[in-house]
Amino acid sequence: MNEMTETATEAAVNAAASNRSVKMRGDKVGVFYGEKQALFDVDLDIYEHEVTALIGPSGCGKSTFLRCLNRMNDTIDGCRVTGKLTLDSENIYDPKIDVVELRARVGMVFQKPNPFPKSIFENIAYGPRIHGLVKSKGDLDEVVAISLQKAGLFEEVKDRLNEPGTGLSGGQQQRLCIARAIAVSPEVILMDEPCSALDPIATAKVEELIDELRENYTIVIVTHSMQQAARVSQRTAMFHLGNLVEVDATDVIFTNPSDPKTQDYITGRYG
Amino acid sequence: MTDIADQSVSTAAATTGRSLLQRGEHAKRRAASETRFRMLGLVAVMIGILAVVGLLASILSNGVSSFFQTYVTVDIYLNPAKLDKTGNRDPEALQKVTTFAYAPLISAAVEKLIETHGIEIEGLKPKDAAKIISKEAPASVRNYVLAHPSKIGETVKFDLLADGRVDGYYKGRVTMDSAKLDRNISPERLELADKLKHAGVLKTRFNWSFFTAPDASDTRPEAAGLGVAILGSAYMMIIVLVLSLPLGVAASIYLEEFAVQNFFTDIIEVNIANLAAVPSIVFGILGLAIFINFAGLPQSAPIVGGLVLTLMTLPTIIIATRAALKAVPPSIREAALGVGASKMQATFHHVLPLAMPGILTGTIIGLAQALGETAPLLLIGMVAFVREFPGAPPEGFFDPASALPVQVYNWTTRGDPAFVERASGAIIVLLVFLIIMNGLAIMLRRRFERRW
Repeated sequence: MNEMTETATEAAVNAAASNRSVKMRGDKVGVFYGEKQALFDVDLDIYEHEVTALIGPSGCGKSTFLRCLNRMNDTIDGCRVTGKLTLDSENIYDPKIDVVELRARVGMVFQKPNPFPKSIFENIAYGPRIHGLVKSKGDLDEVVAISLQKAGLFEEVKDRLNEPGTGLSGGQQQRLCIARAIAVSPEVILMDEPCSALDPIATAKVEELIDELRENYTIVIVTHSMQQAARVSQRTAMFHLGNLVEVDATDVIFTNPSDPKTQDYITGRYG
Repeated sequence: MTDIADQSVSTAAATTGRSLLQRGEHAKRRAASETRFRMLGLVAVMIGILAVVGLLASILSNGVSSFFQTYVTVDIYLNPAKLDKTGNRDPEALQKVTTFAYAPLISAAVEKLIETHGIEIEGLKPKDAAKIISKEAPASVRNYVLAHPSKIGETVKFDLLADGRVDGYYKGRVTMDSAKLDRNISPERLELADKLKHAGVLKTRFNWSFFTAPDASDTRPEAAGLGVAILGSAYMMIIVLVLSLPLGVAASIYLEEFAVQNFFTDIIEVNIANLAAVPSIVFGILGLAIFINFAGLPQSAPIVGGLVLTLMTLPTIIIATRAALKAVPPSIREAALGVGASKMQATFHHVLPLAMPGILTGTIIGLAQALGETAPLLLIGMVAFVREFPGAPPEGFFDPASALPVQVYNWTTRGDPAFVERASGAIIVLLVFLIIMNGLAIMLRRRFERRW
């Protein structure tokens, strides 16, 4: 990757999005797994109330970057992050930062739906409870109901809130996980291929939901599906072999990419 | 796999005209080796079952009889002239009267018993007749008198243990022929026992005192019981449970969830795995050196046994707990961390409850292993002959006691064949405890098991 194009794309993106404010900013972010470097000097801005899609072939570092955004990489032994990542211009890798607080503000939805083996109610109530967001049982009921409504799941499960969350269908489970993430009122929601384990109908529902959530949250989504990136995101970042190839408005990336690698990838020549 | 195989066979059949009904050379060999392997497995299982059945049958056939004991019902006149010369029932004076003073009372009672039932046996000296009663009897009568001094002067009905040889006669251990050669029994006394049995005075009934009585000396196997051993084992299990479960689970959680993988934790891991394979007698020497010689704890005490068994059980519990924690899918941890739970919250709210069945099973298996452990207890002096019951905990943890497996070992080393029967009986008791514990493990596993 040469320096010239990188700064050029960055300038273009900044110009195009001048009306939006930057929520999270990556500045020369590098990630090492032991001795092996998985991510090289990524400069990427995440804009508020936008869906940013991270695309690229397997092993390109897009999930690694996503997991840096709420320091989920901390759980991996030997993982080291260099550079600077900010949330509202505070460095999230500052040693003084409280990781628990960060993860409450930057929620996450995983590739495989992973509800707790507890009731639907408990799944959602857990987050608000451990963060002390609710004072009474009434408040908690309300938070659960609102979260389920926002995740578009309320109508389907309102009569069986005490049944196990693991008993729902895959798509419902994933929306339950989204509701669980919403319940702690995060500012940013990270989604790591949230639809890869779902059928097309469940996928459509989740995509619709993502579009609605954009109003209130900033969303970063990793996806393997070009169509999904095109459908749900406003901005797309293309990764390849640990480098950020280019980032631009989604329609620009899909119609007029400036890098041939992006061109090849979105037209299906590799990946 | 099979699909592909079927396809290739059918295309082969179409092209080469081979039939599926006829096996080729290769298929024949494969089928034969499969049959051979299946037979081998079946034989292995059969051998295993036979071994278990044989073991159980031999233990049961030897041991069940120890749950039954022969008793003689005798009316004893508690002669005040012999038992309380002062006549004022002073407890201290009563204490001074030894079992020697009680033996003649029993002899007299037996003589009277023979008289009332009109039994006459040629060659049986009156002095010998009382020998069908256990040597333990004077002591039990004395205990009764000390507990009820007001009964002195009255005639009281006692169920006294019959002598071990008489008991053995009804269990098939002693015969008229063997009695002729035996210094401790004579055919005449057996005849007397038969007549008393006929008269309904001598009975064989369920032997509760086998579970409650303490051990007895070599000459009175009929009185030996497991009371002290059961209590000692129970005390040790309490100590092991209280110490090893929290320690083991805490160590496992730290190693599995919090510790960073480095040289130091690798060393700890290897050591724990090795510790589980250390011969148990080594732990006994360790206990002797550290707990008794260095720390100065009493010998034969359940506290020392419990500590040694705790050291032995810890690796088992740690290994089982770590396996249970590992089996919890990482997605659950991620889910908890993802909503902003701290590492400890994720562990205690989500991971630990899911690992609970495995942890409990591991703990109970570890306890069961500790319950059956003998070698280390021998080294810390629990093999001593203990007739005094240990006190109530926590002081009782420091009193001398025995343990079930050690009692089995102890009894098998004694001369009288009646102790072999008792050792088998003790093994049955031990096995029943082990079965109960394993059953508990299975039950807990079922109850706590959750799907995710």
